[in-house]
Formats: sequence, structure tokens, C-alpha cells
Amino acid sequence: MKTCLVVEDSSIVRKMARRILEQLGFDVIEAEDGVDALVVCKRAMPEAILLDWNMPVMDGYHFLCHLRRMPGGDEPKVVFCTTENGIDHITQAIDGGANEYIMKPFDKEIVAAKFQEVGLIEIEEPDLV
Amino acid sequence: MTPPDYEYLRKLLKDHSGLDLSADKQYLIESRLLPLSRKCGVSGISELVLKMKGGSPSIVAQVVEAMTTNETFFFRDKVPFEHFRDTIVPEMLAARAGRKSIRIWCAAGSTGQEPYSLAMSLKEMGAALAGWRVEIIATDLSTEVLEKSKSGVYSQFEVQRGLPIQLLVKYFKQNGELWQINSELRAMVQHRQLNLLHDFSQLGTFDIIFCRNVLIYFDQDTKVNIFGRLARSMEQDGFLVLGAAETVVGLTDAFKPFPDKRGLYRPTGARGTAVPGVTLAPKVAAIAGR
Repeated sequence: MKTCLVVEDSSIVRKMARRILEQLGFDVIEAEDGVDALVVCKRAMPEAILLDWNMPVMDGYHFLCHLRRMPGGDEPKVVFCTTENGIDHITQAIDGGANEYIMKPFDKEIVAAKFQEVGLIEIEEPDLV
Repeated sequence: MTPPDYEYLRKLLKDHSGLDLSADKQYLIESRLLPLSRKCGVSGISELVLKMKGGSPSIVAQVVEAMTTNETFFFRDKVPFEHFRDTIVPEMLAARAGRKSIRIWCAAGSTGQEPYSLAMSLKEMGAALAGWRVEIIATDLSTEVLEKSKSGVYSQFEVQRGLPIQLLVKYFKQNGELWQINSELRAMVQHRQLNLLHDFSQLGTFDIIFCRNVLIYFDQDTKVNIFGRLARSMEQDGFLVLGAAETVVGLTDAFKPFPDKRGLYRPTGARGTAVPGVTLAPKVAAIAGR
């Protein structure tokens, strides 16, 4: 089973993200901010990271920059998930090494679509009619 | 909704759009027509039916639109667009090297996600297509969805389904919570209102036809009829792309599956009659519509 690290300061959003990701077949680990998330990644790199932008202590963007410089830090697929919906933030995130970007509010369909986009989950083929 | 209301709507939709609802699609009618009832200021579907029976062509048109508008999103199902990039366009680049032009038809273009996905794919192929003329014609039954397609404006929710973030940044302009596809891509797509039940030979001959997730709503006679006419609107070495859950197999001899590429078909050159074993009604259903 693939592991997804959810980095998000709101416990409500973490809970919602966990529920969606577990339905998509992921093992979920939670972190409350960027520093917390770096500790998790040093222990073992997850396959996927769902990353908020604005958080206390260390924000998502700075976490991403640190992560991508760590040994093995280019491995995880990083999907931002934030209320920062401006094109400038999106561009900055891509330049910083993010693989995908979710603009809040989000739901299961969007997470599934974005995770398919970066190859974390397979697309199901319907039966012929 | 009473059973007679349901029967009335079934028949009306069949006559006007070819939409062939089975006996158990009450939920679909409710989910599409309850919002419309509110918009028209009536209390529910029965009252909407009464208005239609009283002779209100504008409501009939709106009901047909509401029922035939299909969900769509950018790069829907992914695989057809991989076929487009890896198989269809390379074959066409070789086959049309002389005239350097390709004509593409999105036969159920809906709100534009499919034609614009093709336009983006073409832009991404860049240099290979330099000096080529590529036409994309998007048609749909519904004028309302065509208007949306022409505007190229999508909600935040819509641009997050199927569209890679890099392409959003590259080809869209943000306007608050809305995103508009850039004018260069909008100019690549022409729009026409069209009912597939009607003659479409005036559109000309195409190299590539995307006709996804629309034939599923038609009965077998109508499907066979449309496949035959699609084949006659295509170059012999052209490509037909159907939805992931659709096939020509067992229906028509006008197309054959392209080996190992799901959803991809080529014309056979046959006249486009039903294959043996398909049960057809005594005569082809009356071609009705607006």
C-alpha cells in the first residue's frame, strides 16, 4: 500500500483528506506543519504528499524546497492543496518542484483526478455497453 | 412524477433528440429537470409536462437541452488523447504530408473540454505541426453548451478535473474564480449547432472524428444509421474515436477496431449496414428533431 503524508494545520481538513485518501487506497500519515513533515520524511519518504501552503512554523512552499534538496527528496509526488488560488502561487509551486496543484475547496473527485494525473492511482476502465 | 408524465417525456426526448431512456431513468429526469422547473417558475416535473402539453416550444427546447447535456471534463479518460498524440496525429502527419491539413470533428463537443483538449494536445506537439492547417469543428445539439464552449470560460472546479496544472498555467487566463482558455486556442475551434439525427454531410469530410459518450443514448437502429453516415463523412484512412464504454462491434460493418487501441476505429469501406444478428425495428425510426 502506498503512503500519503498529509501536511495541513487544520485538523478538520486533515480528517477530510484522510478519509478521501483512505478511500483511494492510501496509508495516511499526518503532519501539522512543514517542520513536522520534514521529520516524517527523514524517517521514511512517502510516495505522495498532500501539502497545504499557509501553516505556522514552516509553510508548504518552504517545506517543498527543503524536501527537494534532501536525499531521496525528489521521489515523492507532491500535490499542493491550498486556498492560495492565484496563478502566481501556482507558478511558484511548480517552479519549486510541485507535481500538481489543488485549489480549495476540494472533494474526492478532484483529489482522485490529480492523483491520477501524477500516476499515483490507476484509471479504471468501464465495461463495454 | 407520474408514470404517464414519464412516458410523455420519454417519447418527447426520443422524437426530438433520439435520446432513448430505458424504463428506469426517473432519477435522471428528476436530477436534470427539477432545476429547470425552478428556473421556469413551476413547482415540479408534472407542472413542467403540463406546460409542454399546453404548447411551449421554448420549454421543450430547454428540456431537451437539459437532458442531453453530458458531463465532460478536460482530457476525459486520458487514453483517447494518448492515442491522438501517439497514433492518430503521427499517422496523419505521414498520410497528409502532401496537403498539410487535417480536419477534426468533435461530434459531441459539449462545453468545449474535448475540442480544447485536442487543441492543447496539438499545441504541445509544436514543431511537428508547423506549417499545417488543422481545423477543429465542435458540434452539439445544445446551443447553450456551445455558447459556453465558445466563451472558453470554466469554473475552478471544471479546470481541476483532468487538466494537468502545467497546461492550466500555460493556456488559461485567470479571472477571479474563473479561468478562460486563451484566444489562440479559442480560435482553433469552430462551433456549429447540430443534431446527429439530421444530415451532417454539409460539414464536409473529416480525417478524425471524436464521437464519444453520445451514441450510448441512442437505440440500435439510430446508432447503425449514424455510424453509416459518419463513415461516409470520413476519409478512408481516417480515425473514429468512441467513448471508453462504446463499441461498433456487433452493430455495424462500417468501422473496424484499430488493433490494440481501445476506443479507436477505422472505416472499412463497407456501406454501413447493420451486422447480422442486430435486431432492427421494421423501419428506421423517424428522424425527428429541431
